[in-house]
Amino acid sequence: MGAQLRVYKRRIRSVTATKKITKAMEMIAASRVVKAQRQVAASSPYATELTHAVTAVASGSDIKHPLTTEVDNPVRAAVLLITSDRGLAGGYSANAIKQAEQLSAALTGTGRVVDNYIVGRKGVSYYAFRERPVTESWTGFSDSPTYADAKKVAAPLIEALSKETSEGGVDEIHIVFTEFHSMMTQTAVDKRLLPLSLEKPAEDSADVFEKAVGDEIHALYDFEPSTEGVLDALLPRYVESRIYNALLQAAASEHAARRRAMKSATDNAEDLIKSLTRLANAARQAEITQEISEIVGGANALADATAGSDR
Amino acid sequence: MAELHVELVAADRKVWSGEATRVVARTSSGDIGIMAGHQPLLGVLESGPVTIRTTGESGEGTVVAAVHGGFISFAENKLSLLAEIAELSDEVDVDRAERALERAKSDDDAHAERRAEVRLAAASHAR
Repeated sequence: MGAQLRVYKRRIRSVTATKKITKAMEMIAASRVVKAQRQVAASSPYATELTHAVTAVASGSDIKHPLTTEVDNPVRAAVLLITSDRGLAGGYSANAIKQAEQLSAALTGTGRVVDNYIVGRKGVSYYAFRERPVTESWTGFSDSPTYADAKKVAAPLIEALSKETSEGGVDEIHIVFTEFHSMMTQTAVDKRLLPLSLEKPAEDSADVFEKAVGDEIHALYDFEPSTEGVLDALLPRYVESRIYNALLQAAASEHAARRRAMKSATDNAEDLIKSLTRLANAARQAEITQEISEIVGGANALADATAGSDR
Repeated sequence: MAELHVELVAADRKVWSGEATRVVARTSSGDIGIMAGHQPLLGVLESGPVTIRTTGESGEGTVVAAVHGGFISFAENKLSLLAEIAELSDEVDVDRAERALERAKSDDDAHAERRAEVRLAAASHAR
């Protein structure tokens, strides 16, 4: 076999092996998207009921709570960025990071110091490489987050919010994650989690939270043990639930993005195999042609030589 | 008998929903029983069993669940029990709960001990 042909054959083999891997990853991601979507759906009754409760307290009382009052001159804001742990998901993490950068720039522009909180190894390494300060980070659960993970993430954020800004506390919490619309569309979004804008809670809320809040008039509630007590217990749960929802949507988006990236990788591999096969065929034909012309040439030379000696 | 609609939801799933005549739950200021027509209420739940006297489609009976933390809210004849963790009595893994109880006792973790006890108490109802 000619050297040219051997090189093509080797490349075809290697691309075929890569294609098998990307195809497998595509199918795994496809099945996980479905699972992740189911988890998003399963978590929505809790989120809906919780939003009901929060709006009930908010509209049924006029007490001031640090988690609901808007500060006149916010000096420090926390940004929670949700990225993936693994790559091979197209622009998934890059888009979320870009969104966070934009938000940080906007916040810094209005005189706020930004504290970064990051979920996912990709985001962590992005900030580490650029030597930016990261207040806290979590890795290892981006593809299947549990409620316990959401609690872990929410705890330092809630703590930072209840502290004074002079002691390192924050006035606002923003969250940047990738919203899952459909298998084909996921968009990186930023949302303000706290302080709650209680007048229009639906405005900056995720879909599941929007559904719960309508134009309903809430009844006058009895609070057990007290309004403050209920609000104290309710708001951290609300934050956790919002973060849990964001984590789940981000996980679903991650799998969908990975599925799409792997699908186009598989398609590209197929194209590459096709064109390489063409080249290999051409090389094989060229080799055969060359061999024939060599034989013919050799035979002719031999015939000429014998014809000459005969004379 | 007048009935109320009950939704028992955990953070990651809906645990139980249906019609009931009476629900007993433990709030931070003590046990509370709720029947149809109760005043609108929003309370903080403690770790404890929730007992639901069912009626309607699910038939006459009692559903017991172990609930750890969360809220109870009642309005317009609809009762929502929001729990971070909730297990129906027949879902409780008794062996695991017993192990958790022993571990909590040896670690002197009053919270974990209480949670394990609640789970066991709910489980004993199912048997």
